[in-house]
Amino acid sequence: MRAALLFYLGAVFVFVFAPIVASVVFSFNSDRFPSIPLGSFTLHWYETAFAEESPIWEAFRNSLIVSVCAAALSTLIGFATAYTDYRYGFRFKAGYIALALLPPTVPLIILALAMLAWLSQLGLSGTLTGIIVAHTVLGAPFAMAVTRLRLSQMDPSLEAAAWNLGASEWGAMRHVVLPFCLPAIISAFCLTAAVSFDEFAVAWFVSGLNKTVPVAILEILQGNVDPQINAIGTVVFLTSMALVTVAQLLLMAKGRKT
Amino acid sequence: MSHSSTTYKYTWRLPLLIWQAAFFVVPLIFLVVMSFWLVKNYRMQPDFVLKNWDKMFSRGYFWDAYWLTLGRATLAAIIVSLIAFPASFALAFKVSDTTRRWAIFFLIIPFFTSYLVRVYAWQVILAEQGVINALLDTVGIGSVTMLNSGFGAMIGYLTLTLPLVVILQTFSLAAVDRNLIEAAWNLGCGRARTILSVIVPSAKIGLILGAVFCFILSFGDFVAPYYLGGSKPPTLSILIIDTTKSGQQWPRAAVVAVCMIVTLFTVAFAAIALAYGRPKK
Repeated sequence: MRAALLFYLGAVFVFVFAPIVASVVFSFNSDRFPSIPLGSFTLHWYETAFAEESPIWEAFRNSLIVSVCAAALSTLIGFATAYTDYRYGFRFKAGYIALALLPPTVPLIILALAMLAWLSQLGLSGTLTGIIVAHTVLGAPFAMAVTRLRLSQMDPSLEAAAWNLGASEWGAMRHVVLPFCLPAIISAFCLTAAVSFDEFAVAWFVSGLNKTVPVAILEILQGNVDPQINAIGTVVFLTSMALVTVAQLLLMAKGRKT
Repeated sequence: MSHSSTTYKYTWRLPLLIWQAAFFVVPLIFLVVMSFWLVKNYRMQPDFVLKNWDKMFSRGYFWDAYWLTLGRATLAAIIVSLIAFPASFALAFKVSDTTRRWAIFFLIIPFFTSYLVRVYAWQVILAEQGVINALLDTVGIGSVTMLNSGFGAMIGYLTLTLPLVVILQTFSLAAVDRNLIEAAWNLGCGRARTILSVIVPSAKIGLILGAVFCFILSFGDFVAPYYLGGSKPPTLSILIIDTTKSGQQWPRAAVVAVCMIVTLFTVAFAAIALAYGRPKK
């Protein structure tokens, strides 16, 4: 019974990771329509996808700008919200927290349409700023959750002690709270950068001509089978996995220290 | 609290309120407002007419898409929950704490990696000449069409939601009181009965939450039905894309979106009532 369950568990993991592994394997495979047995090893798809004049460079540049800006804003807002929740009680706090955590539960396609319509009223549709604005809405809840977890491990008397020793609120924030939260803040930054780097629905609706990487992938997908996607996809996977792994390791490490 | 200054307090409290009001709440409200506007000469004009609602509700394809989406999302919630359960059960009861932590770690990774690329990989794997059919061929089964069907879409929904559902189920199963299970065993409860009448009811909240998240994600997803499900007949999400992108009819797309939100709210509230409601006995 135990063996059967563990085997089943293994099968579930195979299913979850099969597309990720397959995409990496196919990216080095010479066949246009990969199957078993595999063709020969090649770097052709990487060379085509990342050729000097390839439009993908522009997309990577856009994605980089968007994810760094969106991650920075999300982390700022997320931290401020987490700190508010940690330190203060006030009327309508439940509503405040609900508002903070709600965005990821709205289907992206609906958010995409709402964003497109609203941002074009503001004259922001078709700009990178528009995508950054939308991705910050999506990222802030994750940043808030991650920093809130860290704050809940902080002894509330720590901040009070700093005040009693003569620190101002701002001083205590700078010398006590922020250093304590730093691993979570970096972790939140990485996670929200990964969220933004992979988000395609809102970016697709809002981006116009300023495509990000996932939007470029989406447009290649609408054409024919093109193994370039595997090459681009592998790079994208490695980027987001690196970000998520750094984020998680930072979060796990903190658990051990306290 | 002599230390509490108002400036300090609001510095931390306001950013979220301002940002989410301006770029989350208002866009959603605007979506509803927009559904009463009219498009003239390819431009939206403020108005208050029911024409868009009337147009969408009187079309057969809207209702076909609605029931298809609802049916698929419900089916996905059931299938994914059932597929996830034995795996979550194994993670909760049959492995060490360390293994469980690592397993959760690995299950979080796909959640933040490109869903698009994973779906593309499935497209290649499941193709007529793909890996699965090559494998089937070696055991003498002819080529099976898996793409552009409900089956293909379901593989997509599984890819999107399975890790999350396993995580939620595992947390709730791991939190079930072990004494309760011991007691059931000691009282002569068989394995199946222990699971069904002790473990499942105790872990109810997490199991329902998992199914609801699966429903919400599948209901709104357009990638799986489009690239693995063959896009025809369209789901509501595909209808939104078509209406927005090629039709330039944003107000009509907004009608579809509002219908989706209403449905999701209804399902989410019903599920919460079910999860936190009192047991019948």
